[in-house]
Amino acid sequence: MELLNILSGEVFWIAVLHIGTPLIFGTLGVLLCERSGVLNLGIEGIMVAGAFAGWFAVYQGAGLWLGVAVAALTGAAFGLLHAFLSVWLALSQHVAGLGITLLATSLSYFAYRSGFPTVSIPPTIQPFAEMSWLGIPVLRGQTPLTLLALMLTPVIAYALYRTPLGLAVRMAGENPAAVEAQGLSVHGIRTGAVVAGSALMGVAGAFLTLSAFNAFFFNIVNGRGWICVALVVFASWRPGKALAGALLFATFEALQLRLQLLSGGALLPYQLFLMLPYILSIIALVLVARSAAYPQALMKPYRKGER
Amino acid sequence: MQLIPYANPSRWRMALAPVWALTATLLLSSVLIWWINAPILRAFSLLLTGGFGSLFAWSETLTRATPLIMTGLAAAIAFRARLYNIGAEGQLYLGALAAVAIGGMHGGTGWPLPVWLSFPLMLIAAALAGALLLLIPALLKTRFGVDEVVTTLLLNFITLLLVSMLLDGPMKDPLSMGWPQSVALNPALELSRLSEKMRIHSGLAMAVLLALLIGFVNRWTVFGFEMRAVGANAKAARFAGIPVERVMLKTALLSGAVAGLAGAFEVAGRTSYITLDMSPGYGYTGIVIAMLAALNPVGVVFAAVFIAGVLVGADSMSRAIGVPTYLADVIVAISLVSMLISVMLAEYKLLWK
Repeated sequence: MELLNILSGEVFWIAVLHIGTPLIFGTLGVLLCERSGVLNLGIEGIMVAGAFAGWFAVYQGAGLWLGVAVAALTGAAFGLLHAFLSVWLALSQHVAGLGITLLATSLSYFAYRSGFPTVSIPPTIQPFAEMSWLGIPVLRGQTPLTLLALMLTPVIAYALYRTPLGLAVRMAGENPAAVEAQGLSVHGIRTGAVVAGSALMGVAGAFLTLSAFNAFFFNIVNGRGWICVALVVFASWRPGKALAGALLFATFEALQLRLQLLSGGALLPYQLFLMLPYILSIIALVLVARSAAYPQALMKPYRKGER
Repeated sequence: MQLIPYANPSRWRMALAPVWALTATLLLSSVLIWWINAPILRAFSLLLTGGFGSLFAWSETLTRATPLIMTGLAAAIAFRARLYNIGAEGQLYLGALAAVAIGGMHGGTGWPLPVWLSFPLMLIAAALAGALLLLIPALLKTRFGVDEVVTTLLLNFITLLLVSMLLDGPMKDPLSMGWPQSVALNPALELSRLSEKMRIHSGLAMAVLLALLIGFVNRWTVFGFEMRAVGANAKAARFAGIPVERVMLKTALLSGAVAGLAGAFEVAGRTSYITLDMSPGYGYTGIVIAMLAALNPVGVVFAAVFIAGVLVGADSMSRAIGVPTYLADVIVAISLVSMLISVMLAEYKLLWK
């Protein structure tokens, strides 16, 4: 009965979209990279860097949207580095990605601690306001970044499936030799996709500091990036399913928060609830594993003239 | 831009690769220090003396190196067979948990077992805990084809929450006054220290022995050959009659066991009880160490001591001139990336065209 009450309230669904937004950005980012054949485990660190850079820009007096742009550029820069390592130098995508995560995370923490050596309470900014002028229920409780995430999904789906560029990206992930035969550069296309995807990861991070919270703090991303990597497999690399997956995941997450509040810690330890999202991610991976249609050339570096 | 493999592999080029990597790391981190207006040379000299400049510094560095050797070995074992175990962090915590479950002062006295029995039991439990934790993603990989990178990463979060839950519940220290901390380990089970004043403990000797042992297994045993074969080319290994799945699972058990032991050594050698900040990311740093050592078990020891020295030295540098300790993490990350690049360039010629 109480469950029904929760599910029928607008507040609950506002929370779902709130939790889901960074996952949508991040999942779309991973999807773009992987569709071109590049695993990007840099996401966890790129989200931290985006969260920090976006917040810091706004803290220095930039507008909120400029902050988002700074976060996207920061993400793109790390994406370029990842592309250099994993596409041009053909290094192991696993290891290069983890390297990016370590680098981006430690650089962000270093920069934060250099700028604010002694603060114990994180300095705050004025985050994005809710779009209360919008007459649509649930959406009126969101910030513009959520709207952007929702609109981006069909845009990316259209670009991937209905434009020559999208075809080239998908082909680079399935059969790079065919891309080469068309006279296109596999390395160029993969670099572009990784840079664009990483920019989205940067925005995913910026949502955390510019919309969900109003400050930067350590462990702000807390595994959300890894969950995005799992969600892309769950979504079989399709943008629409990625959106659905991210929202489904956010629903579970919001539900566990509510149940946690309801039980008040009396029934079960709160840690069990916090574990749920990670356990669900693993279960989701197992469920789709048999039928997962991995991009054929995922994690396979491409070298010209090599078979 | 194109990569052309050198026709004649040169030992010189390979030997120089770490030198280039170290130079690049020093240069790039100098830029960072300069950027925050700190004195570059003083920062590096403080870092060096803090990490390696005195007997006490060496003791601290080697103490820090002990868990890093273990997690580095765990990564090196698994990566050699292309099993990407990113879960050493979780395996370390579960190992520590198992160690305290066997050897902790539960109810004020602990289990009524003699030390000659409970000490090996404690180590076995820790190794088993780590091994079984990695067995889950390894089975998911061999049975269902689930990528182990994501599952081991997610298991780290699950394990840490499990530890947190147990520190609130059955493993809670009754004397901790609300601080999340486990019951203490039986003092009789603690690893012996080299000297009263220093923290360096016998776990280091065991870690080094383990590195030598694993180096031997890699080089001279059938299992070591099978692991290398599976990592080099799983299809060819299968064709040659090597049971790829079984080798994968055995590799996982070994890698997880070593990471689990790291947790036992930390509890028995350094902390005496489990806290939630017991490991500042030893599991992840272990991956960097394994890569710096080119997955060579003996190389892992040296790489771990180097990284440990940087981490310890950064602490004392930070206290002296206020450069954030996160500089150490940046140096670790940059050294990983520059090592990857320089090894690549030692094997391949870069053609710009």
